[in-house]
Amino acid sequence: MFEKALRGGRHYWTWVVVLVGLIALGGACYLLQMQEGLRITGLSRDVTWGFYIAQFTFLVGVAASAVMVVLPYYLHDAKVFGPITVLGEFLAIAAVTMCVMFIVVDLGQPGRAFNMLLHPSPSSILFWDMVVLSGYLVLNVIITRVGLAAERSGQKPPAWIKPVILLSIPWAFSIHTVTAFIYSGLAARPFWMTAVLAPRFLASAFASGPALLVLVCLLLARLTRFRVGQEAIGKLTVIMTYALLANVFFVAMEFFTAFYAAIPEHTAHFRYLFVGLEGHRGLVPFMWTAELLALGALVVLLVPSLKRQTGLLAAASAAIIVSVWIEKGMAMVVAGFVPTPLGRVVSYWPTVPELLISLGIYAFGALLVTGFYKIALSVRGEVAA
Amino acid sequence: MPLERRTFVKIGGLAALGLAGGAAARAGGVIDAARLVPAGDAATGTGTPGSAGAAAAAAPATSAATTTAPAPLEAKRWAMVVDLGACLRHEGCEDCTRACHAVHNVPDFPNRKDQVEWIWKEPFVEALPDQKHEFLPGNLAHADVLVFCNHCDEPACTRVCPTQATWKREDGVVMMDWHRCIGCRYCIAACPYGSRSFNWRDPRPAIAKIDPAFPTRTRGVVEKCNFCEERLAEGRRPACVEACPPKALLFGDLEDAGSPVRQALADKPAMRRRPGLGTQPQVYYLL
Repeated sequence: MFEKALRGGRHYWTWVVVLVGLIALGGACYLLQMQEGLRITGLSRDVTWGFYIAQFTFLVGVAASAVMVVLPYYLHDAKVFGPITVLGEFLAIAAVTMCVMFIVVDLGQPGRAFNMLLHPSPSSILFWDMVVLSGYLVLNVIITRVGLAAERSGQKPPAWIKPVILLSIPWAFSIHTVTAFIYSGLAARPFWMTAVLAPRFLASAFASGPALLVLVCLLLARLTRFRVGQEAIGKLTVIMTYALLANVFFVAMEFFTAFYAAIPEHTAHFRYLFVGLEGHRGLVPFMWTAELLALGALVVLLVPSLKRQTGLLAAASAAIIVSVWIEKGMAMVVAGFVPTPLGRVVSYWPTVPELLISLGIYAFGALLVTGFYKIALSVRGEVAA
Repeated sequence: MPLERRTFVKIGGLAALGLAGGAAARAGGVIDAARLVPAGDAATGTGTPGSAGAAAAAAPATSAATTTAPAPLEAKRWAMVVDLGACLRHEGCEDCTRACHAVHNVPDFPNRKDQVEWIWKEPFVEALPDQKHEFLPGNLAHADVLVFCNHCDEPACTRVCPTQATWKREDGVVMMDWHRCIGCRYCIAACPYGSRSFNWRDPRPAIAKIDPAFPTRTRGVVEKCNFCEERLAEGRRPACVEACPPKALLFGDLEDAGSPVRQALADKPAMRRRPGLGTQPQVYYLL
């Protein structure tokens, strides 16, 4: 089936070559990091997790969001999602792969990564995150492989795959919940130690994931003969509207609890993000951008006449993705470290090599998605022809 | 053929080590358990004669093998008391930091970003934020106090480690295995005291004089104060305790009512850093 990814037009190959170039650039920077150590990143004595771990967190959300098409299709018989469930599952595979890569590039001693298997430590949430993420990867690989094989041969998928798919639904929730537990279980970091962190993670993922799928569907409609139909897009829009509302609500809850109780070590992190502390205001414009984008997207999604315009819908979807990316991919991890337990206020910015390594990983994920979608759509095309 | 034989022996030895290590890990989760876990008799942490002076004069471990090895210092629960009054009267003194960092090959990076620290000073109001108020006496409001690993009874760092590269010994010392650490830095995120440092770069060029009696670290691993477990094993008190001119650092067994730490705690009220978090620090600050 893989050979289908090797047949394509000029645009396809140009895109692939660009991605491979970015991967090579990221790979070269990673070699530099192997040589020099993590000192080439912007990480420091005070901010010890940064861009890599933040991307990991964001991408776990992307991976989990596949469930937003799988669940309605299998549990609520939403037939319109039939053609796109496989797109969601492939997206999940690519996202989990990127998650693993972001964890590996963040390790000080990546050569020892398998110590996690040699010395399994159930008291560590990282151990459980490894378990749920690898399980989720395996589930989605099996599901997509079996589904596509059945589609190609024109037969019904085997009956045993149904329970596997049903298992993948709670499993998707588990990956983002456990990822939130990495943070929310730490007494040392008041910003993360909030019971609403896991629900917030899920809500923002279920807003940004379907938004990404809407963009993908609109894009595929332009580039290929693949059409998902207005109804599927409409349903995705409803999902992301409610998920986004839930996320905005949860963030408001965080603000109320922090500022009404007014415990300084809780409010300090929010002030660092939204107004700055001791002259460190780097993240402030990003945070306000994220909030404005989320509110703007909500307006579009809640006004029927606006959301029916494809251009506006695409803009709202993009706004949601950027907003959630700023929240999780930039702010959430770093703000946990500032102020430090010893009251230091510092700034963290990723360095150029750090950004290029990250870009390389994203390019690798994009290459996976490109290949997967190519295969999936070719199989469909074959069946149609 | 001799070369081949040697290679074979080497590989065989490594394999045996690996098996033994694996067995030890399965048995107790702790390699070297036999050597490191105290026998649990009534030995206290008091009075090692001699070897007073600065720890810079530490005798190399190798010479101990030729003479009779001194009995290790053992305790049920090691703890440290920092006598703040005595320490603050020696303003600007850094003897403990120098001694500790010298015997443990702690690199000295001038920039904050790369810094590695085992024992150092922080503002009193940041180290013990619960004590902060507007009208603190001047000597406390602007004082810097010693901070280091608290060797918590309920350490958050060991709980989160995904490889058991850090663990609490039965005598309370929170240990680090620099050969097992994968450098994920989860323990740093979990420590409420900022007591752990990461080797962002190769530490060796930044060590003024490498002490061959103690390992240097590689880049990419986490490190912190180890209560001088290597010295305890040789019957010597921690380097910082011995180096302190005003004897402001007291070290001993909390389970022994006669130990210097228990006597100090019985004598004066003491504070611990952020006790509300439930980590049960075993470092006490005496006012």
